[in-house]
Formats: sequence, C-alpha cells, structure tokens
Amino acid sequence: MTRTANLSMALSDEQAMILDNAREFCRSKSDITAVRSLLKSATGFNPEVWQEMIELGWTGMVIPEKHGGSEMGIGSAIPVVENMGRYLLCTPFISSTIAAEAIIRGGSESQQSRWLPAVAQGSIGTMALLDNEDWGATDTDCILLQDQNDFILQGKKFLVADAEVADFFIVLAKQSDSLVLVIVEASQIPASAIEKKTLVDETKRAASVDFSGIKISRSAVLAEGAKILPDIRLIGALLIAAEATGCAAAALDTIVDYLTTRKQFGRLIGSYQSLKHPTVDVLIQMDSARSFIYHAATLIDQDALDRDTEIACRMSKAQAAEALSFAGDRAVQFHGGMGFTYECDAMLYIRRAQWALHQYGDPQHHRKCLAGLLLD
Amino acid sequence: MSNNINQELNSNVEDAEQSDFRKGVVDWIKHNNPKDPGFLLPQTFMEVGSEQVLDFLREWQYKVWSSGYLGMAWPREYGGQGMSRQFQQIADEEMKKARVPICFNVIGLGWAGPLIIDTGSDFEKQTYLKGILTGDDIWCQGFSEPNHGSDLGSIQTRAERDGDEYMINGSKIWTTMGNFAKYMILLARTDSQVDRRYSGLSFFLAPMRVPGVTTSPIQKLTGDYGFTETFFTDARIPANCLMGEEGHGWRIAMQTLQYERGAEAGAAGGVSILSTVMNDLLRIAKDVQRDGKPLMRDSVTRDNLVKFLIEEHALHLSESRLKIPALCSDYPNSIALSGKLRGTEFYRRMRQYALTLQGASGSLYVGDSDAVEGGFWQRAYLNNFSTTIGGGTSQIQANIVGEHVLGLPKD
Repeated sequence: MTRTANLSMALSDEQAMILDNAREFCRSKSDITAVRSLLKSATGFNPEVWQEMIELGWTGMVIPEKHGGSEMGIGSAIPVVENMGRYLLCTPFISSTIAAEAIIRGGSESQQSRWLPAVAQGSIGTMALLDNEDWGATDTDCILLQDQNDFILQGKKFLVADAEVADFFIVLAKQSDSLVLVIVEASQIPASAIEKKTLVDETKRAASVDFSGIKISRSAVLAEGAKILPDIRLIGALLIAAEATGCAAAALDTIVDYLTTRKQFGRLIGSYQSLKHPTVDVLIQMDSARSFIYHAATLIDQDALDRDTEIACRMSKAQAAEALSFAGDRAVQFHGGMGFTYECDAMLYIRRAQWALHQYGDPQHHRKCLAGLLLD
Repeated sequence: MSNNINQELNSNVEDAEQSDFRKGVVDWIKHNNPKDPGFLLPQTFMEVGSEQVLDFLREWQYKVWSSGYLGMAWPREYGGQGMSRQFQQIADEEMKKARVPICFNVIGLGWAGPLIIDTGSDFEKQTYLKGILTGDDIWCQGFSEPNHGSDLGSIQTRAERDGDEYMINGSKIWTTMGNFAKYMILLARTDSQVDRRYSGLSFFLAPMRVPGVTTSPIQKLTGDYGFTETFFTDARIPANCLMGEEGHGWRIAMQTLQYERGAEAGAAGGVSILSTVMNDLLRIAKDVQRDGKPLMRDSVTRDNLVKFLIEEHALHLSESRLKIPALCSDYPNSIALSGKLRGTEFYRRMRQYALTLQGASGSLYVGDSDAVEGGFWQRAYLNNFSTTIGGGTSQIQANIVGEHVLGLPKD
C-alpha cells in the first residue's frame, strides 16, 4: 500500500446537486438591488429568503437524520456557502451551521435532541468565542462560577455574529482552569446586554454581548466543549473561506464586466496589460482558494479533524481571505473614479474582505499555525 | 458522499502486482544509481554542455532502458515492452524520488517518439523509435527562429522540393543539444504563396549530419552551454523525411506541442527534469544559522516558507480540481490555460527565495567548494527563466489567460 500526498478532491452527486441548486437559488434571490436594500436593515437578511432556505432543508444539512436533518455532513455546506458569498446573500446560515457543528461534535445525546431538531427547523445559533481582538488567545476572562447546583456566567464577548437574531449562543468560558462551551438561550439575555457593533461590511451583523449574571444549568454545559473547540474554530475558518472564495469570484466578475465595457483613450480598458495582468492574478488567487475549500470539503467528516484536514482548513482560510482582499482592492482601483463612490459595487467586495479577513483567524494567524504543522 | 471519497482514496492504493513492481524498482535504484561523477549533473536536458556530461547521461539512459525501465508502454517491436503506462509511471516516480540522473533524450522520448508512434508510417517507426530509447540517436527540435520567439506562424526557413530531396535554407534558434543531435523535428515553409501563414508549413524528421547544416553554441545565463543556433545553407535531406503531407506541418507541430505540454500521453517515460520541490528547500534551510540561531526559528522566514507551501499545495490541488468539471464551471479553461504561468512563476520565486535562505553563501556559484549543494540552487534559479520565457513568456501567458479565459480584449 502506497499512499501519495493527500491531494484528494471529490464531489458527490449529492454535493453537485446542492452546488447547482445553491447557485440558482442565490442568483435569483440576491441580485445587487436586493443586497443593497438590506444594507441599512436591522437584521441584514430577508426573512422570506431565510424561510425558503429552511424549507429547502439547508438548515438541516449537517444535522443527523435522527435529529431531523439530512446528515450530509459539513462538506455539503461548502457549495451553499460559496454561492452565498458569490451573490452576497446574507442569512444566519453560517453562524447557525457552526453552532450546530459544536452541538453535534461536543453535545451529549440529550443536548443534541434538545437543540438540533430546532436548528434544522430554523432556530438560529451563534458562537460567542472572543473576549477581544485576539483570535490566537488560549484563555478567556469569561468565567463560569458555581452557584449551588448550577452556574453563573460572568463576562462579556466581543464581535458575536448575528447576535441580535440568535435564538441561542454557544459561549466560550472558563470553569476553574478548564475551558468550556455553554449554551445560553436568547430569552435569558436582557436586550441591554447586546451592543450592536458598526462594521465595515454593511452586509454583516455582529454585537458585543454581556453574559454576566446569567444562570447556566448543568445541562447547558456542552459535554465535550473543550475537546472540540479547536475543530469548531477550523470549521468556522473553512466556512468563512468558502464564503470569501465565492465573493472573490464575484469581485472578479465585476472587474471583468467593467474592463470589457469601459473605454478610455478610444480603447476598452481591459486591453491594457496594466489592468489585464493583475486581473489574471485575481483569477489565479481565486482559483487556488476554490481548490482549497473543496479539498477541505472532501477531507472533513464527522470525526475529529486530523492533521491533513487541519492543514486544508487553515490553507483555505489563509488563501481565500487573501484572494478576496486582493480582488476587492483591485476592483475599487480598476473602476477609477467610480470605484471611489458608494454607488460602485466594488465597495461591497472590499468591505466584505475586511470581514472575511478577521473572522476565525486572519491569514497570518493560520500561517503561523501551519508553520508549526509543516516546518517543525 | 463517503462513497466518492473512498473511491478517491482507493486510486492512491496499488494492487499487488504494481506494489511488487515498485519494490523491484526501488531495489534496482539502490544498486544502480550512479555515484557522484565529480561534476554537477544537469537539472534538465537543456544543460548538456560537454561531451563528458553527454557520455555519462547516454550511458545512464542505456542502462535504464536495457534494465526495462524506459519505453515500457511503447510497442515491443520498436524497443518497448507493450506494458501498461502505470508501470512506467511507477518507475518514473521512484526514480524521481531517488533523484537519479535525467534520461536526457527528451525531445525523442517525450515528443518525437510519441508523435511517430501515434501518426508515423511503419518506415518511420522502424527507423527512429529504438534509437530514441537506447540514446544512440539524439533528437532536437527546430521550431523557433531568430527574432520570432514562439510566433511559429512567422517561420521563414524554406524547404524546396528538388527531385528526391528537399533543400533547406534558413536558421533555427534555441536548438537544445543541436550540436549532438542526429535528427531534428523541423518545421519549415514549403509554400510561401499561400495566404494563410500557417498553411504553407511542413514537418520533417530531418537528419542533422548532412552538408550545409552547421551549429553555433549559445552560452546561457547560467554560463553553461546546451543550446545552439542552427544554420541551414542549401542543406539537402531525403524527401522521405517529410512527415505526413506537404502543408500539414502546422497541425503536426501543434500535436507535438500537446506532448510537450503533457496534455497527451505517450511519452516513453524517464526522469526528464530534476525537480526541486518545497521539501528540498526546507532541507537546505534546516542547517542554516541566522542571528546566531537556527533559521527555521525565525518567524519571518517561517511565514515566507508557509506562503510557498500554500502555493505549492494549490498547484497540485488545482490539478485535482481540473478533473471535476462542476467545480470549474465559471471559467472552464482557467486551470488548464494558467498552468504554465502559475507553475513556472512559482518555481522562479521559490528558487530565488532559496538563495536568500543561504545567508552569505547565497552569493556562491557552481564550482565553489563552499557553495550549498554545489551551487545547485543558484543554477536552478537562473535556469528557471528558460521556463518563464520559453514556450511563451509569462507575460504572453497572462495575455492568453486574460483573453481566452476572462474574455478581456486584445491589446
């Protein structure tokens, strides 16, 4: 038996069908007018579109069959998320899918029965991991204190995605000296504890959430929280990478549209090599990102993430965030004066890049982790 | 989903026969891989600059062939073994891994040979194939001409029919091993009257050792020889050297380029290039000191190395994605057409970086006793420009991708 370096990539018939459906769905539900109409809205998404996604079964995609899902695995969410990025279609899908994975991987049987059928039906979950700007932190100041037979949570979390619409939060806290993940229901949190953040990317929503004083029952502490935390961070990084890859492809389309229609000095500007060649670089960067996310989607399964999968997720995130950052930046520049306006769609991509770069670890964070995996 | 993944993984698993064969190859290499000859061996067939190197490589190729590890999938009657390609691939993989010397007769093994097998006459197969494998008959290529680079439509070398012969006049450039070659695959103009500049071209399997053919060596950026400029002055070659029909040269040349680009199978095999991958670069970085500490502890260096590793990984993964059309639907030609640009530019930058890893030793060159790995990396970096320039420069490649993949307008 000889095993060559793991370069496997496969797309099941099921995934191929999801890819087609997702592309068509996102394209038809989220044209640029629809995207722009949501920029100033409270929730950032259209509830009717979200409801349709629930009815299509997408919110149950990663949920085991016995809990009301279709058990297709996180790999099947990649084509959905990539196309959401491609058409800037925002819903709580990413937040909720990561939260569902935390319960699937780290929850007890009773925790799974309690939460997963609800997620499949459209309950919105989200992760509350950060204390501050530091993605590389190994500790948290959010404390789980003993309170007779239960606990009390003490601490505030930073940049919690979709906090204002979440039905439940999975909060990273510390109990004595060990990290735990605890589930907090939205009904336990006073509205004043949620402080909306102003984001560069107006298609996204996030808030700081103060969990201080909230009572936590034993049944709300995830059975294997500490153990699965690294995997959840990697899954988060992979989903953000998939969304960023789709978004980079959209930025590329926008550049190509402009370069093939805009004339200056009597020539289409796409004929100038100073614009043509960097646009090819955008394509190449996007292509690499896409290869990584589908490679990671091929490797990842229900087991704990192995070394190859970790490498694939981290490379996905590093590559996709850089690709989108470059694509958005060049999209603005190549639109000239138009690119400097709010009216130009390039602004959507350069702003999204500032979200994608900093969610679940920036490229440098992941390269630093990769260095440990690949060089030592 | 799990089914497909299993299939994918299974493709990396060999059956017993292949596995035994691989063991045999490994064992053979252990006993036959030549000792260090005392001079730096070529990394590609474009660096065969002396008789000494040529003799060494010819002897090596003959040994590989006579031991049954070259031309394994070529027909038996022409020196091959008629076996499945997989066995040749296994042999090549192990030889590459062991970094054995190259099989130098690349134009014959990789381009002319498969072309003759696929489209040649019995006479051509009988005459040319075996000598390619044994290394007795060295082949070169005569497509490019001075001042035309890779614009083959501008070819001006003339071939005029005169009885049983063609008379050739003109010149070719970048003829690898032109000074050693017995045959040339030659593209020349047989009809200058036609409107379309491609349709007057013809393809010849031309002898080099005839009166009127002279070569002049070209010294490369690396200081080595390996290329020539080749001049034809009323050189007469037999009319049966014409391959196919007069005027069909362009089509045959395009088919030849498919073999060159690896888009078409059929090559005899053998290691054609001593590749340098990231693992080789990491190997040299391991022993280097910087600021009094091992270089591999330097965080800037680590970040740079990981960036290169990500890029190398992406190159390989793109090949995997190419096989899944559903994942290439928006720009279907993208991966195939950008392959040369991505690959050659990656290796150029990676080799350039390799020199900076060597600290002060980075300035040493082939011939210096302190040079890291005999100056291999310095030479590899300079040589790499043959790939970012030859076969269409990176700038032309970027135009091709921009225009044919993205649909951007021509300059």
